[in-house]
Amino acid sequence: MPAAFVGDEAAEPVTKTPPSTRKRKLVDSITTSATSQPPATIELPKRKASKTTTASVHDANADAEQAALPATPQTLSSDKPMDSDDDLNSVASSGMLGEAMDDSSVDFDAADSDDDGLEDFQDDESAFESQPKDLRPAKKAFEVDFNVYSPGDIQHQQDRQVEEVATLLEQPAEQTAILLRFMSWNKERLIEQYMDNQEEVLDKAGLGANMSSNPPRLEAIDGFTCDICCEDEPGLQSFAMNCGHRFCVDCYRQYLGQKIREEGEAARIKCPGDGCNKVMDAKSLDLLVTSDLTDRYHELLMRTYVDDKENLKWCPAPNCVYAVECGVKRRDLTRTVPTVNCDCKHAFCFGCTLADHQPCPCALVRKWLKKCEDDSETANWISANTKECPKCGSTIEKNGGCNHMTCRKCRHEFCWMCMGLWSEHGTSWYNCNRFEEKSGTDARDAQASSRKSLERYLHYYNRYANHEQSAKLDKDIFHKTEKKMQLLQSSSGMSWIEVQFLEAASQALQQCRQTLKWTYAFAYYLARNNQTEIFEDNQKDLEMAVENLSEMFEKNTDQLAGLKVDMMDKTSYCMRRRVILLDDTAQRLKEEGWTFNVDLK
Amino acid sequence: MAGMSSKRLQKELVKIQGTLPPGISLVSADNLREWLMDLSIPDNPIYPPTDTYRLRFLFSQSYPIEAPEVTFLPLQSPERKIPLHPHIYTNGIICLDLLDAQGWSPVHNVESICISIQSMLAGNTKAERPPGDAEFVRSNRSRPRDINFLYHDPSV
Repeated sequence: MPAAFVGDEAAEPVTKTPPSTRKRKLVDSITTSATSQPPATIELPKRKASKTTTASVHDANADAEQAALPATPQTLSSDKPMDSDDDLNSVASSGMLGEAMDDSSVDFDAADSDDDGLEDFQDDESAFESQPKDLRPAKKAFEVDFNVYSPGDIQHQQDRQVEEVATLLEQPAEQTAILLRFMSWNKERLIEQYMDNQEEVLDKAGLGANMSSNPPRLEAIDGFTCDICCEDEPGLQSFAMNCGHRFCVDCYRQYLGQKIREEGEAARIKCPGDGCNKVMDAKSLDLLVTSDLTDRYHELLMRTYVDDKENLKWCPAPNCVYAVECGVKRRDLTRTVPTVNCDCKHAFCFGCTLADHQPCPCALVRKWLKKCEDDSETANWISANTKECPKCGSTIEKNGGCNHMTCRKCRHEFCWMCMGLWSEHGTSWYNCNRFEEKSGTDARDAQASSRKSLERYLHYYNRYANHEQSAKLDKDIFHKTEKKMQLLQSSSGMSWIEVQFLEAASQALQQCRQTLKWTYAFAYYLARNNQTEIFEDNQKDLEMAVENLSEMFEKNTDQLAGLKVDMMDKTSYCMRRRVILLDDTAQRLKEEGWTFNVDLK
Repeated sequence: MAGMSSKRLQKELVKIQGTLPPGISLVSADNLREWLMDLSIPDNPIYPPTDTYRLRFLFSQSYPIEAPEVTFLPLQSPERKIPLHPHIYTNGIICLDLLDAQGWSPVHNVESICISIQSMLAGNTKAERPPGDAEFVRSNRSRPRDINFLYHDPSV
């Protein structure tokens, strides 16, 4: 009996091959007039950093064109020296941070904000529009407002919240901090519940009443035996929170060390006593442990603060210490793609903390990545070697010579050649020479459409993967850029600032390829209509601009100096095309004007 | 600090060699870091009073800040079985919140753990293994402290 094989396993052993690498060829026919001097120094666009309370995503070139501003020197952030060349980077100076926090940190609306997010969103827009035009360029549709905070700022912000609530609740700061943490920093809810039932809230948060009257201190009590180490020598220093569970200082110290260092606990360290829910407060802790542990403790506390708040997120870049504040809420994510730029130069999406994926909304990114994980190369193999069962759709690989297939899954019997019912083959078994059977044509149609959808996916995937690959290659070049720039400086006598155009070009390439990559994921989920065509035109324009620049970037060092103007033009053109594409896409996304072939929710 | 855990274990040992509740006895503590205890369960038809169960305690340097690793140990002679209980796996691993970082308190000691396990067995009414026992025993390679048990059943 011939057998059919359900091809799930068979699809496995396909080695992943990298998508076809882009050809990188050097074009020799450059019309370089080596003698022609580069025009008088072109001033590189400078990011203006004054008078704004928030920073938004900008690309430097577009800014520079729109804002005819004299370059103002950048204010250095207090705890991080800024490289003078990070023009592309959006900057919130330390001086501005204070003001910015005044605006935002009081915005404690997690409880009642469930319905006002939309207004927030639009308020921001209008508030923004009302600012004098000459102060900064109009915000593009794809840009969002955000602030970058250093650990010091976060601490400060946290302290202020605590202080504010502490006066209201008439509780010491340490207790208030525990209460706030217990309520995930939802101030309103805490105050409301506290006023309703003080005892219960205190109890649930692991605090007993009247702590304020009895500040924590170490004591030596006669006849005391520590239940942990069983020491009972006279004069043994001991400590107890107001739950009364008393242990010697050494044991307490060990216990806290274990919790903080090994288990990463901070906000919910409980009394060591059995079943005791009393939570360790910062003041008692400071009394008991050494300073290195206190530092770690406060660092952990700060983590929970940022993790608890919806409008704060840690920058996901390795070793980055900054947190970013952004007002975009989870439910806004179908209408906006909130890319933020951390001070460490990492651009990431505030919604999902993945690397910048504009213009593609988070939901589509998730779907796309999942799909790529499942499919991609495997799909190629399946496409070439298998067919689907006409009844249940299982993927089937033919493993025997005969055409009589029996699906392992649904026991459907069909003919491999015409995909028609086997029963219709009558007596002409094992020989399919029929053509006109209806069931066969239907099955083949279904087959064709399934193939078609696979091909469609592969079309987008190949381009997506290609840009990813090219961006990597571009990055390799970027690492060589610095060497090139040094060479260029010595060979052409240009100054350091004059060769910065290479770095700008390199960064532009990275950024544009990142965008292009995601336009393909975006396009995969787009339903075809007139808007799709506009989108594809924009995509095509950007792609052409990028490939032109990329090609130019690979020229020999001695030719580069002569290409400076051309290269700067192309760089700025790339960035402009990118802004146009992103702006148009974001605008339509905001108006919910795109038609997707999947649910965005 | 190894000093602290050794000192505490010494003191516990002295106390345990004195008096212990009925049904609990010390087998050996030759190695201060590994103690063997025997347990018998009174008044529960699931566990015949003649049956004795062997518990093994492993103490880390951070004991008593950190919980000891406690498991049932099967033995041919004298015969020691793994007691039948919905929270005890056939490989001897015990799912008990007391032994987990969250449920552990440094105030507990060997004696109190033994009493807890004894009463957990004495109060048991189900002569069965935990759900997924076979699968867990076959696949588990991690130490008890690294397993994330879900303490969902306070009744047994």
